[in-house]
Amino acid sequence: MRIPVGTAVAAGSIVALAIVPPITEALREPFYLGLCLRLMILAIAAISLNLILGFGNMVSFGHAAYMGIGAYVVGIGAFHAVEDGIDWLANGFLHVPLAIAASSLAALVIGAISIRTRGVYFIMITLAFGQMLYFVGVGLEVYGADDGLSLYMRSDFGDVLDINDNTRFYYLVLALLLATLYGTKRLVASRFGLVIRGARSNERRLAAIGIPVYRYKLVAFTVAGAICGVAGVLLANRTDFVSPDMMHWTRSGDLIIMVVLGGMGTLFGPLYGAAVLVLVEEFLSGVTEHWQIVFGPLLVLVAVYARGGIAGALRALERRRG
Amino acid sequence: MDWILLLEQCLNGLQLGILLFLLAAGLTLVFGIMDLVNLAHGSLYMMGAYFATTFAGWTDSFLLGALLALPAALLLGILVEVVALRTLYSRDHLDQVLATFGLILFFNELARIVWGPAGLDLPLPAFLETSVELLPGVPYPAYRIAIIVVGLVVAGGLYALVSHTRVGMLIRAGASNREMAGALGVDIQLLYTLVFGLGTVLAALAGLMAAPILTVQTGMGETILILAFVVIVIGGIGSIRGAFVAAVLIGLIDTVGRAFLADLLRLFLANQTAETAGPAMSSMLIYILMAAILAIRPQGLFPPRGR
Repeated sequence: MRIPVGTAVAAGSIVALAIVPPITEALREPFYLGLCLRLMILAIAAISLNLILGFGNMVSFGHAAYMGIGAYVVGIGAFHAVEDGIDWLANGFLHVPLAIAASSLAALVIGAISIRTRGVYFIMITLAFGQMLYFVGVGLEVYGADDGLSLYMRSDFGDVLDINDNTRFYYLVLALLLATLYGTKRLVASRFGLVIRGARSNERRLAAIGIPVYRYKLVAFTVAGAICGVAGVLLANRTDFVSPDMMHWTRSGDLIIMVVLGGMGTLFGPLYGAAVLVLVEEFLSGVTEHWQIVFGPLLVLVAVYARGGIAGALRALERRRG
Repeated sequence: MDWILLLEQCLNGLQLGILLFLLAAGLTLVFGIMDLVNLAHGSLYMMGAYFATTFAGWTDSFLLGALLALPAALLLGILVEVVALRTLYSRDHLDQVLATFGLILFFNELARIVWGPAGLDLPLPAFLETSVELLPGVPYPAYRIAIIVVGLVVAGGLYALVSHTRVGMLIRAGASNREMAGALGVDIQLLYTLVFGLGTVLAALAGLMAAPILTVQTGMGETILILAFVVIVIGGIGSIRGAFVAAVLIGLIDTVGRAFLADLLRLFLANQTAETAGPAMSSMLIYILMAAILAIRPQGLFPPRGR
């Protein structure tokens, strides 16, 4: 039996992620554990963006805002738990539903207005909303405004899921990453996903056969925001720090780059994109302090020559193998 | 209410609006005519400021430095267009976002390598460092007046160029139907290169005029770039007139809001909180305005005709 290249690479990367903790432990390099943790969290955020950007052709340029909302739920909870001694505010089982509620509410409102616009105007209006939330963060004097908020305790998920232990945290995130991938696969293949993908190719035709496209797109937009909110909860716990910078438009740009680089509208593309971005940044910045002077032109080359991103390249490889 | 302060802030707002217009004019031309989302436009603004600072240092003259920076920026713009962006016109907007985001990283790092990580100052010549009395007893910096005047002259020149010259006619023809214009013998590729070069010069002009007021540093383009995007979206993509109206509007809201919102908030909030929330809220005001305009008029205030 021949295994397609794409499947092999996908399975290989999951296995590779799964064996990172024992390896970093054996090599006594906890830094790389943290690096891969960040990679997976950003991958979850990128997958959520891909849901609307890749499958639904909704280029949201404010997606990092939902990550910021999730992160601020954790940050503000921990802040009051430490400052005012309200212990239950540090409970992770409270943080996650709250983050989902807050980020999906934000996405619902933003989506309801934005989805009425098309093309570049959609890009710009989501950017505007993202920047609005960014400035909300900047204006939060109590929670550190510009400077952000240090997290003195991580979300409390009880003893079994004690995420102060980075290895346990790592496997929790890995499980969530797999769940997100599986959920995306099911969602995209469902009737709902069919409508979203259909809207990418011809919205008018869908409307003509009686499908309320606007509502479908809005639901997809909201779901993507909710998933990204969860990624925000994880990222805040990973960095032990929350700041408005997480919501800056360049962070949203990073997410878009991960999706486009990895391959829009593919299941594993965003994971590859996140991996490349995080690892390239890490290793190039190890080689030279001025790594961006290499990485910038690299992005230009990818945009010009490598259409379809990494997942597209894998598919082309498979086709050539015949 | 302090009326003199209000007047000053309105002039400051006008001045910011003029700078935004110079930036947005190039952006809206490139966007409207070539259908290219150029995130790197802010980098060209930054390079203009750096060029002017360097040349002013060499020649010991602000004006000579500024005059040398403009052709340098033109060359840079043409280079960028020919090397990186030419192949991207017919592409998806996302490819353009990716490529021009890459250009931002490149230019920021280039500036850090060439000019160092610390910010630079561009000193003003003595004759511009004076102030003018607007009303008896109300001085206002002459340099800011100069920015407004130069900006208005350039805006007028641009309007004349686009609507009353042959080149402008070709630009408009290229915008409304590139195939047809090409079929009639217009060298579209050359035209696009020129338009991009023109946009770069305008951005560099904005950058070098802003340089004495701000610090010349990497990343200075990113903040203003987003404002410029807001301007062209509110004004209607491709419309220079729309860009002008929207730029002045945004400049005024941002500046006046920054100056007075904190005072207004102080009526309801503690001093320190109002001090932080004021500027943040006035920055938000711009995006609220944009969201509201797009929700009501998705094509912007002055959508160009014929499309």
